[in-house]
Amino acid sequence: MDTFFQQLINGLTIGSIYALVALGYTMVYGVMRLINFAHGDMVAASAFVGLTIYTQVMGQSATLFSVIMIFLLAAVSMACVGVILERVAYRPLREAPRLSAVVSALGASLVIQNGIMLLWGPQMRIFPELVPQVYWEIGGVVVSLIQVIILILSLVLMVALYFFVEKTRMGAAIRASSIDQDAARLMGINVNTIIATIFIIGSSLGAIGGLFIGLYYRGITFNMGWQYGLFAFVAAILGGIGNIPGAMLGGMLLGLFNAFIAGYVSSTWSDAFTFILLIIILIVRPTGILGERVAEKV
Amino acid sequence: MSNQPLFEIKDLEVSYGSIAAIKGISMEVHKGEIVTILGANGAGKTTCMRTISQLLKAKSGSIRFKNAELTGLPAHKIVGLGISHSPEGRRVFGILTVEENLLLGAYSCKSVDRKVLEWVYDLFPRLKERRKQLSGTLSGGEQQMLAIGRALMSKPEMLLLDEPSLGIAPILVKAIFKQIRAIADNGVTVLLVEQNAKAALKLADRGYVLEVGKIATSGTSEELLSSEKVQEAYLGKKH
Ligand SMILES: Nc1ncnc2c1ncn2[C@@H]1O[C@H](COP(=O)(O)OP(=O)(O)OP(=O)(O)O)[C@@H](O)[C@H]1O
Ligand SMILES: [Mg+2]
Repeated sequence: MDTFFQQLINGLTIGSIYALVALGYTMVYGVMRLINFAHGDMVAASAFVGLTIYTQVMGQSATLFSVIMIFLLAAVSMACVGVILERVAYRPLREAPRLSAVVSALGASLVIQNGIMLLWGPQMRIFPELVPQVYWEIGGVVVSLIQVIILILSLVLMVALYFFVEKTRMGAAIRASSIDQDAARLMGINVNTIIATIFIIGSSLGAIGGLFIGLYYRGITFNMGWQYGLFAFVAAILGGIGNIPGAMLGGMLLGLFNAFIAGYVSSTWSDAFTFILLIIILIVRPTGILGERVAEKV
Repeated sequence: MSNQPLFEIKDLEVSYGSIAAIKGISMEVHKGEIVTILGANGAGKTTCMRTISQLLKAKSGSIRFKNAELTGLPAHKIVGLGISHSPEGRRVFGILTVEENLLLGAYSCKSVDRKVLEWVYDLFPRLKERRKQLSGTLSGGEQQMLAIGRALMSKPEMLLLDEPSLGIAPILVKAIFKQIRAIADNGVTVLLVEQNAKAALKLADRGYVLEVGKIATSGTSEELLSSEKVQEAYLGKKH
């Protein structure tokens, strides 16, 4: 039973990170029908940016204020990178065949990855200990302060995003643009602004995901975006690509699945099993768990 | 009708790649009129409407509304100038509720005018009954009412309606056309694209007949209704 609850906590933690990162994939796909392959690398870049802000700007202090500043500055930096990425790599190709945009996305991914390597070097770096190593043991289950922070902050961000998208005017405009861009324009919606907004939100959430990865795993490498990005991408597909609650659900499920396989079977097999799960779910539900809520009449 | 028209198209040409769809048309609409554009499948009616809304860019020619040139503006700026477009095929936002669709219709306004919302619900009470329903689950006729209602939410001076009778049972078409009359009586100028020529001409003041990208004839509704050419081609009467 201890293993169960321990893996539940671990799974929810990593699941929150997947979910935050998956939101970036799914929101961009929702409006642009494009997989932003550079998203995972931006997540990685955020961890390095956080590291540099800590050493260069905050003078290696880990007070509450400087931790908040690190999160804010990293999120703002990555939001800017996201907006630039969209302008440079995707907007010129919006009318082009889908495959051109895919190539552009893969290129952007490599550019960011190599950029991280040039700036911070190819070796593994250690992310600063921004949160004190506090642990609680509750009936044989160990919970760390870092896990609690990741869980709570992710939950708050996801609930906030959900309300933004479902309950605000801008959120309705985002949903409308994801269904029919021309009809959205007829309403007076500037679809370019919507797309920029999506990149800002997605990149900021991804940036926070990247900092969580640094906090939780400590070791960060220039190419880690590939791995985390891939898993988050799988989470987005699992939940139904383009569907925002789906990405949250998919991320959590994937995190839990990973943790339970690691806890009960073997951690070396968890990646392989994850993809077997993905294939099974896609056979049973090709649109993902929450994909296509209603059939649209045309 | 000697005064300045509210809306005017001059020598408009539109192409899809190398294929010309509109080959130099001119027309005008005066304030308070209902004007219809008739034509067979592929005549270029929808192309014309989409070009007015700047979803398509003209190859040449001018489109003026209240003396402002529309060509070259981004599409999302048009509704704010007072032209609202209910597109062919309705294009409602299926995963949004009926009311969310209507509120988005007022996106270009600073705030939603509750009076306009109530007016739309008065015109189409069915929408009020179903305001919490996802619009993708409405019937075709209800979706058409929603598309028109959504276009009214921005308080337009001119309303573009592209085939509001498309795929709708005759009895509902009658009801919808009655409400288009009511909308016009409320001071909204209407430019109506239709294949249902008889119904359109009964409603409209004037009409233009489009044939493969060119205006074949134009005139008042009475003139068009009694024109042999129109009767043969669009009203199914043989002489
Ligand atoms: N996206 C497009 N690409 C290429 N050609 C197009 C496109 N859309 C329309 N056309 C062509 O332009 C011409 C005019 O089409 P349009 O849709 O404006 O006709 P319409 O009068 O609205 O017809 P309908 O009554 O069937 O709706 C047609 O020959 C059509 O094939
Ligand atoms: Mg048409």
